[in-house]
Amino acid sequence: MECTLDAQSLISISLRKIHSSRTQRGGIKLHKNLLVSYVLRNARQLYLSERYAELYRRQQHYPDGAPLLAMPACPPPAAAAPPELAALPLPADTQDREARSCGAARGGAELLEVPVCAVPPELQRAPCRDSSPGFYRAAGSAGPGGGGSAAPGLLYAAGCDFGSGGAPHCSSRTTVLDLDTHVVTTVENGYLHQDCCSQCPCCCQPAPGLASPPPAPGTKRKYYPGQEEEEEGVEEGEPGGGGVAGGPPFAPCTKRARFEEYSAEHPQDSSNISNLISIFGSGFTGLVSRQQADSEQPLNGQLCSKQALASLGAWTRAIVAF
Amino acid sequence: FLGAGGGNDIQWCFSQVKGAVDDDVAEADIISTVEFNHSGELLATGDKGGRVVIFQQEQENKTQSHSRGEYNVYSTFQSHEPEFDYLKSLEIEEKINKIRWLPQKNAAQFLLSTNDKTIKLWKISERDKRPEGYNLKEEDGRYRDPTTVTTLRVPVFRPMDLMVEASPRRIFANAHTYHINSISINSDYETYLSADDLRINLWHLEITDRSFNIVDIKPANMEELTEVITAAEFHPNSCSTFVYSSSKGTIRLCDMRASALCDRHSKLFEEPEDPSNRSFFSEIISSISDVKFSHSGRYMMTRDYLSVKIWDLNMENRPVETYQVHEYLRSKLCSLYENDCIFDKFECCWNGSDRQVEFLSLCTSDLSKLIVMTGSYNNFFRMFDRNTKRDITLEASRENNKPRTVLKPRKVCASGKRKKDEISVDSLDFNKKILHTAWHPKENIIAVATTNNLYIFQDKMN
Repeated sequence: MECTLDAQSLISISLRKIHSSRTQRGGIKLHKNLLVSYVLRNARQLYLSERYAELYRRQQHYPDGAPLLAMPACPPPAAAAPPELAALPLPADTQDREARSCGAARGGAELLEVPVCAVPPELQRAPCRDSSPGFYRAAGSAGPGGGGSAAPGLLYAAGCDFGSGGAPHCSSRTTVLDLDTHVVTTVENGYLHQDCCSQCPCCCQPAPGLASPPPAPGTKRKYYPGQEEEEEGVEEGEPGGGGVAGGPPFAPCTKRARFEEYSAEHPQDSSNISNLISIFGSGFTGLVSRQQADSEQPLNGQLCSKQALASLGAWTRAIVAF
Repeated sequence: FLGAGGGNDIQWCFSQVKGAVDDDVAEADIISTVEFNHSGELLATGDKGGRVVIFQQEQENKTQSHSRGEYNVYSTFQSHEPEFDYLKSLEIEEKINKIRWLPQKNAAQFLLSTNDKTIKLWKISERDKRPEGYNLKEEDGRYRDPTTVTTLRVPVFRPMDLMVEASPRRIFANAHTYHINSISINSDYETYLSADDLRINLWHLEITDRSFNIVDIKPANMEELTEVITAAEFHPNSCSTFVYSSSKGTIRLCDMRASALCDRHSKLFEEPEDPSNRSFFSEIISSISDVKFSHSGRYMMTRDYLSVKIWDLNMENRPVETYQVHEYLRSKLCSLYENDCIFDKFECCWNGSDRQVEFLSLCTSDLSKLIVMTGSYNNFFRMFDRNTKRDITLEASRENNKPRTVLKPRKVCASGKRKKDEISVDSLDFNKKILHTAWHPKENIIAVATTNNLYIFQDKMN
């Protein structure tokens, strides 16, 4: 199908639609917003896969010492050969239709969304609009640069409890392995499986390998200006093995609390709507580049888009949840 | 064989058009639903302004045997008004989403009309006589001075100009959190269902202060929402059976005898997606916008953005027939998404039963209907003949408005060289859409709603 718009334009158009649906007469149309969120998800998946392809191409050029390699595998650590990126289609699996499907639950999936723990320097410099969501993580069996296996990488599993050795399923546990810092973090009740890892504590770190002190547990994530005090305690990430080099714990609960607020019995609470939308507006300033979004505090560019893209599914479903 | 009932064998002629001639469409005049009553004598439309207009067919004039009676305005009333929900800070639109007629039991007519939140039962009755000759009142209603009354008389009914009155007899409110998309009257004629995005409620026509929730697909956690209910209808003959369609392109058939809450379907109708057609918009175009049972109840028809599908209730894994309404739009989905047209909800309808169709049905023991109709853009509408597999595209336009002139079939040129009289896809006017159509239950008369006009076409009687 010929589409004259690229994924990013589709994303911004979709966000605009969701945003403007709030002011339409008759209230938010659940059906339409749900359909728009599917387009958002599809566009985002394509966007991410394009970034992945680009990263892979870079890695081909710089096989040694590349700070960021991307390698999918499912289940790990199997895949030796990288997938045929050119042929990467939009996920067509019926399982993927489930908005919450665990990315790795697809049999034979070629692409996993992997938590990113750092944005490589060259991408950090890029303007927000172009910066990678940085989902893909270098995997090396022994540190960066590709260790023992011929395949550059080994991966990690967003949202699927591979560790329990069973068939991947959307469990409530998320395990993330940062192969640069060798931090393994496990979070209980991790939230949107393919999205939650974007809240990986490592994301808070500005660059890979930097020994900046991690924010203390319980720290509010600083990216959302509208963020309220956490209603629930932030769950500490528990090390899954090996020392925890640090990294602030996941803070899925914060988001969960927020969402629970919105999915309450009276979902159309207007104060929450405006709150959410103000977050939305600020969170997506980087994406909705052509139009002037509501002027919220400008955010750190790359974090904005990275987190925005990461949490796209969550936010749009929250919007839809009215 | 008779070869009857074919969409191409019927020669459709313009009969009438109702509505403003202006190109400038007032939003309140946008037609949002069209429905014939059970006899076909009455034709109701609802609009965005919350009004219902009912047309009545003139009795056939014996001297003018070459045309059936015309439809003229019978009654107009304001069914719903805009409301404001203060608790949720939401305006509730007055737009009439659906009208459904009850079968006639006495002199009065009854219909159900609904907006996003409230369903109303309206009684439409005629008054053609009035009492005159009161003792204590003057003709104009003023009271007479009792001391001037010297004789007594009995008031009598005298004829008057026909007056059609509409009065709301029942108001079924406060049962829907989400937007109502369907109402359907049960074959028991005592109960009906109303469906919103996430729930279906069962009502008794006499009881307004409670309804029973029979389907609830709201997930415990709204972030897990993956589909909504898009349409629902009772089976025409089986009073415990109904179906509902979803935004994911599935239809579920439920039996109310199975349990009080019909969250588990008895049958699930779903066609696997063709992976080669996968696109950003696959979820949108597979969303079902309308579902209609056939007259016999053996089949049902669904409409999604690009096609009409006929399902046999005995076969769940795929439809028995699929008709492409405007496949040439598949390559334009991006633009249609941008301009929101991809969210248009087209309805579909079966032809009514006529003598030929009934004869055929008796011969073949197949009580299904043979022609289906649905709308498209550029004020085009399409008919598919299930028997011959032929289809036809016609246009509702004031330019074709000479009565008894047969409508010329239209053709859209998808690509390549455009032939004379064809219209290219890029010239289609996407603001002129036909979402609502209705077929007379007994005759070959159809009502087709453009944005703010109602067209009536009849077949050419020989």
